[in-house]
Amino acid sequence: MNVYIYILVMAIVTYLIRMLPLTLIKGKIKSRFLRSFLYYVPYACLTAMTFPAVFYSAGHVIGIIAAVLIAILLALKGKGLITVALAGSLTVFLFSFIV
Amino acid sequence: MNKEFKEGLKSGIPIALGYFAVSFSLGITMVAAGISAAQGTVMSLSNLTSAGEFAGIRVIAVGGTLAEMVLTQIIINLRYSLMSMSLTQKLEEGISLWKKLIIAFGNTDEIFAVAMSHQKSLKFSFMVGLQLLPIVGWTLGTLLGAIAGNIMPERVSIAMNVMLYGMFIAIVVPAAKKSKPVLMVACIAVVFSCLFRYVPILCDISEGLAISICTVAAAVLGAIFFPIKDSDLSTPKKRTGPTNPKQKIFTDENE
Repeated sequence: MNVYIYILVMAIVTYLIRMLPLTLIKGKIKSRFLRSFLYYVPYACLTAMTFPAVFYSAGHVIGIIAAVLIAILLALKGKGLITVALAGSLTVFLFSFIV
Repeated sequence: MNKEFKEGLKSGIPIALGYFAVSFSLGITMVAAGISAAQGTVMSLSNLTSAGEFAGIRVIAVGGTLAEMVLTQIIINLRYSLMSMSLTQKLEEGISLWKKLIIAFGNTDEIFAVAMSHQKSLKFSFMVGLQLLPIVGWTLGTLLGAIAGNIMPERVSIAMNVMLYGMFIAIVVPAAKKSKPVLMVACIAVVFSCLFRYVPILCDISEGLAISICTVAAAVLGAIFFPIKDSDLSTPKKRTGPTNPKQKIFTDENE
């Protein structure tokens, strides 16, 4: 089968998954439960994606642990997104020379 | 240039860098699976999803049916519908349908994450600015990975890979510091996430689906035990988003 047909199907399905809820829900949701649920979705989702997966991403696990600790520390100190992300990255990079 | 658009562009820079690294390895994987650089580039530009594309490559490589492809994509990408639902509550009021249709295209994990940590309700121009560079980075990384997979030093791509996780940490940690309920929900999510990685049978569930289940479980528990106050959400124009107003994402860059 032509690879482009596969790609088209993938793209349509993925787009519909993203598009349908965005267009079908109109205005502000009234239910307090649903609003609370949606309020927590980003934090639940981002955390579930990060832990424990980050420790299994490529690179030495000690370097990753150090990177995560440094990122959390900087985030607690109110550092910005770019600073935190680059600091974590730099830590892993530097550790790759040590271990 | 529109101020909101510019702000979006700026917020998209770290995402674009992280995407470049991830899609670079995606490009290498594609070529190894017999997909051409052109096909891979089209796939990345039209799909914008790492897990979905990695899974899609596998289906293509083994010559799976289109039904299999549909099912795989639904299972792996289901979490996006949760994100889109959440996003509707933060978009500027009265946003038109065609603008929503455009925003929907680039609602990836990272773009959603940054959008939800934005201080104000989300304007269309901000969202377009936010999505632009990551889309370019994702597509370009795939292309370069596919045609020149061996030029990037491994330790650089590994280090850039971690950047996306760093962004997630930068978004969740300050919010969890300010709000006990958010901290609790995050901890619950970690517990569920660990169950799906380490417990037999559960760990056979695909990572994409597992993340959706973890998200629903943790957010439902949060909604049951820590329902948010009506005053938090009833005046969306005045409130500044789910994160604490005091938290400034770009403090050090702006000042």
